[in-house]
Amino acid sequence: MSTNGMTNWAVDLANVGAIYPLQGMEVLLVVLGLIFWLGWHVLQIRQENEDLDKQARLLGEKQEVETRDLIGLY
Amino acid sequence: MGTQLDALTTIFTEFYYWVTIVFMFLIHIGFCMYEVGVSRRRNHLRTLMKNTMAIPLVTVTFFFFGWWLYFAFPNGPWITGGIPEIASKIAAPWSPLMAPHLSGPSPALGVAATDAATWHRLNGVFWGAFLLFSITTASIISGAIIERVRSGAFWIIAVLIGSVLWIIDAAWGWHYGGWMVQKLGYHDAYASGVVHAIAGGAALATLIVLGPRLGKFRPDGTPREIPPHNVWLVTIGLFLIYTGFWGFYAACNIPIISPTTIAGQITGATWTATNIYLAPTSLSAITFNFLMSLSGGMMAGYIVSRGDPFWTYSCGLCGVISTSAGNDLYHPIQAMLIGALVPTIAYKLHYYVENRFKIDDAVGAVAVHGYGGFLGVVVAGFMLWGQPSSPFAGYAAITPWGNFIGACIMFALGFVPIYAVCLLLNRMNLLRVPAAAEVQGLDFPTTEAYTLAVREIIAVERSMVK
Repeated sequence: MSTNGMTNWAVDLANVGAIYPLQGMEVLLVVLGLIFWLGWHVLQIRQENEDLDKQARLLGEKQEVETRDLIGLY
Repeated sequence: MGTQLDALTTIFTEFYYWVTIVFMFLIHIGFCMYEVGVSRRRNHLRTLMKNTMAIPLVTVTFFFFGWWLYFAFPNGPWITGGIPEIASKIAAPWSPLMAPHLSGPSPALGVAATDAATWHRLNGVFWGAFLLFSITTASIISGAIIERVRSGAFWIIAVLIGSVLWIIDAAWGWHYGGWMVQKLGYHDAYASGVVHAIAGGAALATLIVLGPRLGKFRPDGTPREIPPHNVWLVTIGLFLIYTGFWGFYAACNIPIISPTTIAGQITGATWTATNIYLAPTSLSAITFNFLMSLSGGMMAGYIVSRGDPFWTYSCGLCGVISTSAGNDLYHPIQAMLIGALVPTIAYKLHYYVENRFKIDDAVGAVAVHGYGGFLGVVVAGFMLWGQPSSPFAGYAAITPWGNFIGACIMFALGFVPIYAVCLLLNRMNLLRVPAAAEVQGLDFPTTEAYTLAVREIIAVERSMVK
């Protein structure tokens, strides 16, 4: 049993091709990868919108002034 | 790898590109330091993350489709031919050669022994080297638009420029079989146009739609200076970009190849290094010219800016960029003079465009990369007029008009699509942060959370002492 078909290295390397696990499932892996990438953009934009909305609501409040003072004027 | 010499050549080439990739990573450390140094204190964490996250995003998308585009589009497609078969064989994301693979065939997965023999060793490092060019192209835009762009918008732009647009222009004009090389005699050996002009065009498009930072222009339209918060960090960042640029130059060469493998018009049995077009060059040639053009740019930048560190370093970078199109063939003194002239023009253009069109380019990226790269390609057309663009028969020779058209294509390929995307993002209110957030600073949420945590822990500590 081996996830890449290799159980030992007693082979002629000129005859060995792919050595990663789950060979034959490359297209599925690509689909999963694309979902991960596009999903990241969706989550990131959602997070950024929430942060900016929250930030805008604080404009002029004491908490906002204190935080800005901490960052420094420049 | 049929013979031991073939094996050694392949393994040397693999190692060579791997080293260039590591060197090129310094460019991104430099970009991060540079941008953080230029941004104001209230923005530097967001500025850092904006540039940093371009690295993974361009990486994964360059794996999914960027590398395939390079091999798929050298013919346009359908200008000099269709989509070559090699694209799906070695560069599609589901190809077994885009993963750990040894030198034998994978018949069940469609990999022939002839493809595996070379590509199992070279595909990953070629992909990595091109990827580092891709991330550089995206990073160039990042600095221009700091302190008011939404990170999410920049990352969409970064993927488009890094994994789609630049790699299409590379397939067209930075590939031994690219249609621009064949038909126009386009010559841009170290990427003045294919990396820098396209990035400059994209940066300009983004800046036009994005608008200037709040307070950048006075009511009468004259610009205010928004100085870097840390000039030291800026200059060290630029030094690191210079260093990484060495790796970039080396990565543009093929280190060793035989005339038989090139299969062009070169006769005899002398092995050589070549540029990306498989035309002969050497590391020595580009070492002369890299350093002389850098020096020309720094010396000119010092004079035109009256010793301003930011512009002296930037003009040094622009000096290299402006000669990159022809640095495989220029005399070093030619490289120095071109490297002095073009940055001077780019510097003047930066301030002209800022005053005339109210473009707030925080780091001068459009000038250094856009104008510098564009002019560099144009100058190469004149300097190398009539020289062969390729070792292959039937290709157009290098001409001023071929390179001028090529430079326009490069700039426009960055400008037009990115302008359209920015208009769309702007309409969706996803391009620019709200004015309140810009005034508070982009680091506000992080600093606020930090402040609350500090207050809480101090309060708890004090209560425990009682």
